Amino acid sequence: MSGRNYTSPHRRLIAYGLLIFFALLYIAPFFLQVANSFKTDPDATANGLSLVPHPPTVSAWNEIFGISSTGVTDFPRWLFNSALVALLITLGRVFLDSLAGYALARLDFRGRRLVFGLVIATLAVPGVVLLIPRFLMLKELGLFNTYPGMILPICVDATGIFMMRQFFLQVPPALEEAARIDGAGVFTTWWRVVLPIVRPAIITLTILSFQSAWNEFAFFEVATISPKYYTLTTGLADLVAGGLGSANQYPLKLGAALLTTIPVAILFFMFQRYLVRGRLEGSLKQ
Amino acid sequence: MGTTLNGSAAVASPASRGRRRSKRSPLTRGQNLFGWIFVSPALAVLVIFLVLPIILALYISFTDWSGITSPFSHLVHWVGFQNYRTILTEPGLGQSNFGTAVRNNFYYVITVVPIQTALSLWLAILVNNKFLKGKGLFRTAFYFPSVTSSIAITTVFIFLFSTTGVVNRILGFFGINGPNWLYDQNGVITTILAALGVHNAPSWSNFQVLGVSLWGWLSGPSFGMCVIIILAIWTTSGTFMLFFLAALQNVSEEVEEASEIDGASPWQRFRHVTLPMLRPVVILVATLGFIGTWQVFDQSYLTGPNNPTMVTPAFLAYQVSFSDFAFGEGAAIAFILFAFIVLLTLLQRKFVREDLTK
Repeated sequence: MSGRNYTSPHRRLIAYGLLIFFALLYIAPFFLQVANSFKTDPDATANGLSLVPHPPTVSAWNEIFGISSTGVTDFPRWLFNSALVALLITLGRVFLDSLAGYALARLDFRGRRLVFGLVIATLAVPGVVLLIPRFLMLKELGLFNTYPGMILPICVDATGIFMMRQFFLQVPPALEEAARIDGAGVFTTWWRVVLPIVRPAIITLTILSFQSAWNEFAFFEVATISPKYYTLTTGLADLVAGGLGSANQYPLKLGAALLTTIPVAILFFMFQRYLVRGRLEGSLKQ
Repeated sequence: MGTTLNGSAAVASPASRGRRRSKRSPLTRGQNLFGWIFVSPALAVLVIFLVLPIILALYISFTDWSGITSPFSHLVHWVGFQNYRTILTEPGLGQSNFGTAVRNNFYYVITVVPIQTALSLWLAILVNNKFLKGKGLFRTAFYFPSVTSSIAITTVFIFLFSTTGVVNRILGFFGINGPNWLYDQNGVITTILAALGVHNAPSWSNFQVLGVSLWGWLSGPSFGMCVIIILAIWTTSGTFMLFFLAALQNVSEEVEEASEIDGASPWQRFRHVTLPMLRPVVILVATLGFIGTWQVFDQSYLTGPNNPTMVTPAFLAYQVSFSDFAFGEGAAIAFILFAFIVLLTLLQRKFVREDLTK
């Protein structure tokens, strides 16, 4: 492991070499994925490594966009479900996690240790311990196989609360104290003074929340049963695990996997520049 | 369980140590009320959809609930510890399936956690280098696999590691005849030993633990499991790199420049300036790693049905419940896993606290 700044030409060359090698390693599968989604099934099976489809075909994509559906898959519907559910979960998480995280970092309320202990304990709860009981709870509440049932149970997450708490702890208390002395209330101080400072953290939380909601699989798998509630993940899993269709169907599966990947990738490309530099330092300089 | 994760709580507020202060300053007035207003929505969700269900699951693990009727119906019987005995002590399929799943996941954890923590820190530091041109491009490249859904990326890996697939083609260039990855149940260590001429299990290794022989325990991860291990390191290192990057951005440039002017070498600067400031994040990443790696589910869902060496306890719990309708046994597996993870977490937190107070 090395923390060197590669100031000498030699070191910089080594750094670039390493970076390029690793970057290729991380990206190559996606190029192969794109290329193979334009192949015929036999071609993808036999010549996976080739980046040139021979012959090229868009039959997999025709099925994905519903142009030539075999009736087994309904990708437009899965896409809609994924988007709807992920947006609402993200909204809930960003707002509620920051609220709770701030209280746990800064507000000295009675029972804080208990609540924080619960959040920390929750972090240790394996997701699958919750699969069976959440399935049961949703059934008892009449929410099984509904949109609210897919959203409510995961619209708060302990990891997000913990992360926000850690970020709020890094904010110098001096800023809040100044605001409070000026007469600002708790909510105003949080909303107007603290949140803008931790904006990079909020953006990070938004990206991570959307990513995890969009990519959620196990919970949706037990929260719903009707194909009309299939998301891209549960639908694709059914396709890959063999419930739907037959044969290898690599082009179709790879294309569907790509469709599942793209929205989160776009979000990341749009927002990543906000991740570069925290505003903490800037706000202290003023 | 009500303990804090690490030393950061001590950093939080020395004031909270003596939290029953006799007089409250104007600054802390109203904090009691607002504290509760701020946490209650999140708390409500956690209690209704997490705490209460866990209590219900605990109850179910002592019953023979089949998932069809209400769990409180008279058709559901209290069976005491029977489900736990089936998994842990009574020789049979339930026990050996569980033992195999634990073995599979054990090798996954001890390979993935250290490698992903080190790799993500290393990538973050490389990418954060201020002399580097095009760092956004590299950061994007490393993070890209992380944004992918595990189902989507496992689909890609199933394709890459197929028998005539990409990986075996590349191995072929080097004259290596690649294994039938996803369907290969042979352990890596067993295979190496076989190559060295050790083909038969020594007699001492027939002793069984959890329905799996010692030879089975020492087999190493199967080639199938190696696919998921590579996949996990490859996908999660980008996410954790972001954690480190966010923290590195808070390591003020002034501090770094000051130490640079002081004549500290790059290594000294890393060791004595950057690393200590990153310590809480290293702890966070390792903790999340240890907790997360015992919960492999999605990857196992797609591959486990074809290869028992890729079934994890998390997936086994699901399989037993939703495929075999033995929800009691499934809940029991989930609870054993739960208890184990909590135990690990507590041990780790104890270790971390000692480390911080030394």
